[in-house]
Amino acid sequence: MNFDFSDDQKQMRDAARKFLTEQCPPKAVRAVLDGKAAYDKALWKGLAEMGFLGVAIPEQFGGAGAGHLELCVIAEEMGRAIAPVPFSSTVYLAAEALLIAGSDAQKQKWLPKIAAGEAIGTLALFEGAGNPSPKAIKLAASGGTLNGVKKPVPDGAIADFAVVAARTGSTGRESDISLFLVDLKAGGVEVKELTNVDLTRGQAELTFKNCKAEPLGAAGEGWGVITQVLDRAAVLLAFEQVGGADRALEMGRDYALDRVAFGRPIGSFQAIKHMLADMYVSATLARSNCYYGAWALSTNAGELPEAAAAARISATQAFQHCAKNNIQVHGGMGFTWEFDCHMYYRRANATALTLGSLSYWEDALIDRMRKKNAA
Amino acid sequence: MNFDDTPQEAEFRATARKWIAANAPKEFEEELSKSSLGRIRLAKHDMVDVGKAWQKKKADGGWACLHWPKEYGGRGATPIERVIWQQEEGVYGKLTQPFQIGEGMCGPTVMAWGSEDAKRRYLPKLASGEEIWCQLFSEPSAGSDVAGLRSRAEKKGDNWVVNGQKIWTSGAHYSDYGLLIVRTDPNVPKHKGLTMFFLDMKSPGVEVRPIKQANGMQEFNEVYFTDVVIPDSQRLGAVGEGWNVSLTTLMNERMSIGARLATGVPEMFEFCSNLMLEDGLAIDDRGVRSKLASWAVKSNGLKYTSYRAISALSKGERPGPENSIGKLVSGMMLQDIAAFAMDLQGAAGSLTGESEEEARGQFQQMLLSSPSMRIAGGTDEVLRNIIAERVLGLPGDIRVDKDVPFNKIPTKGR
Repeated sequence: MNFDFSDDQKQMRDAARKFLTEQCPPKAVRAVLDGKAAYDKALWKGLAEMGFLGVAIPEQFGGAGAGHLELCVIAEEMGRAIAPVPFSSTVYLAAEALLIAGSDAQKQKWLPKIAAGEAIGTLALFEGAGNPSPKAIKLAASGGTLNGVKKPVPDGAIADFAVVAARTGSTGRESDISLFLVDLKAGGVEVKELTNVDLTRGQAELTFKNCKAEPLGAAGEGWGVITQVLDRAAVLLAFEQVGGADRALEMGRDYALDRVAFGRPIGSFQAIKHMLADMYVSATLARSNCYYGAWALSTNAGELPEAAAAARISATQAFQHCAKNNIQVHGGMGFTWEFDCHMYYRRANATALTLGSLSYWEDALIDRMRKKNAA
Repeated sequence: MNFDDTPQEAEFRATARKWIAANAPKEFEEELSKSSLGRIRLAKHDMVDVGKAWQKKKADGGWACLHWPKEYGGRGATPIERVIWQQEEGVYGKLTQPFQIGEGMCGPTVMAWGSEDAKRRYLPKLASGEEIWCQLFSEPSAGSDVAGLRSRAEKKGDNWVVNGQKIWTSGAHYSDYGLLIVRTDPNVPKHKGLTMFFLDMKSPGVEVRPIKQANGMQEFNEVYFTDVVIPDSQRLGAVGEGWNVSLTTLMNERMSIGARLATGVPEMFEFCSNLMLEDGLAIDDRGVRSKLASWAVKSNGLKYTSYRAISALSKGERPGPENSIGKLVSGMMLQDIAAFAMDLQGAAGSLTGESEEEARGQFQQMLLSSPSMRIAGGTDEVLRNIIAERVLGLPGDIRVDKDVPFNKIPTKGR
């Protein structure tokens, strides 16, 4: 059994950590947090130069052609650094949708640009409150034009293109849903920026008015692709969440060693020690679930749907738990704008919802486990 | 990443599998498979007798205590081979329960601290299950703070005379030998006045009394010592060095990798898949699904954490500290699952009979037994301290009795 990343993959993780430590310190995150920029353009360019944006994109489409395990280790580091760039929307959602359903021409058009840091992509799925469901999609497609509203769309205000889920039928079945590719700079889309709890990442409302769109994948097969994209993204985002959880745990541990009260470091009080020990337990369980998700993703195993849901749930819980208790360990200082704790708290709680909420993934996991048990 | 054996591992697995297929006591397979959550039920046979027969057969075939050197009854196997054996032994591994304390704790302590004569005399018979060992550490006033123990040994010529009381001794009633830590000097601070021995449990003056537990069962014992004579040759380590010796034992207690801890999740999943509530199956209920999913990912998390440790062993590396979370997670989960399974049954959830139609009363038994899972072998709180101090590097607690002579430490809170 070799249930671990290879030495090369670990080296890539180290390289990513070193790069992000230098290029994405808290100060850089704060520039976006404070509204001075929509995202960190210099960092985005640097990530492209390091080959991280296209690490899982095949060489024929301008990527490094490495694989999803390599992408997992980079995702973990992106989460540790809470990097203020549209990485998850572009790489986990848009690029994966293209890889699964795109024609050669579509891949050739967008993937090299993604790898080079020249195009930001996203997935326009949600239409207001609610979890992923074919029933919730009202945006209509007919004759190659789209009409309707999508929100929230992650990084929608800075994206160059979007994969859009649209209704092409009214039978009430999944086959009513098809995917379209929209060049957001070509007109026909009104973009409104939305505020959200994670000030280091953007959300937007996109209004499509007779917007020209080209089909992505076969008509009526959109929901199947969405499901696959969400499963893949769930594993990758779970690695970001584990990275964030680990960092929040470290911050809490370091502060507990440093801060003195009642004549001793607060880390010597059992109330604090046990809180940190429980955070370690959550983060460890999440990491192990993520490794299984990484294996399933990288081998395209039949276990992926179940593994992805488990990784997503475990990592969501761990990041929320660690980010919340990191503030608690810090006490009053943890509730200041000046300390970085709230940036992790914000990211943890926003990321928990990006691909559908915890209860959505809990539902999915139970369905998938039942299917396996019945088989 | 892959879950495949290396060629050597595959060869070892095939050899083990073949031997088990030819030698395992298949007549007990079904009963053992049905024995869930650590409780073994054999209708017509004594579990210790059946266990001894299987252990002896394994020893004769070279499959007992695999990781021990051959001269002491083992196989000289690598850590990963030991894990593979445990996987292949499967349900029959449940029969090894009476030997686990000897194999996991007493044996390694004798191996590390015993004389060559002692090792050759005692270890092979421990490995083969012909002699069962128990561990005599905890006392009524020394639980998590085991160094506060009060049982005493006094030197009389070449012998030691022991008086005192131990508690929570699993298997004392069927054990042949015991690993015993006692106080030999009350005038020095508590950790410095301890000495380790082993003794024949049939020595005059040893009295074993079963403890009736909160769940109504009797699995643990009290052991009383009245002027029990132990020869000095049965001392392990120097006089006053008992605390150090005990660390060997306790480290081994927490090193058992690949040992699968019961979590109750498979039982709960099956239960919810079949239980009808007013509005349909329990597993279709939103609240039930949410809890089930959280428990399932914890249980999976433990499984894949052990896979990470196995992978490290397979590469010849030392596993990381992440395995320290196992008992902490599974103990709490068992208790929560039991309570929720009973809640789903409404008023009938309190009924405990095995003839009850809902899950044969197993969750009710689980509820009553689960508090011990969170105490035995290190309480949840001790385990959290260990994670906080050894893994996260946080400071140890302030110990007010550390430098005080043992006989000057206050014994009452008020």
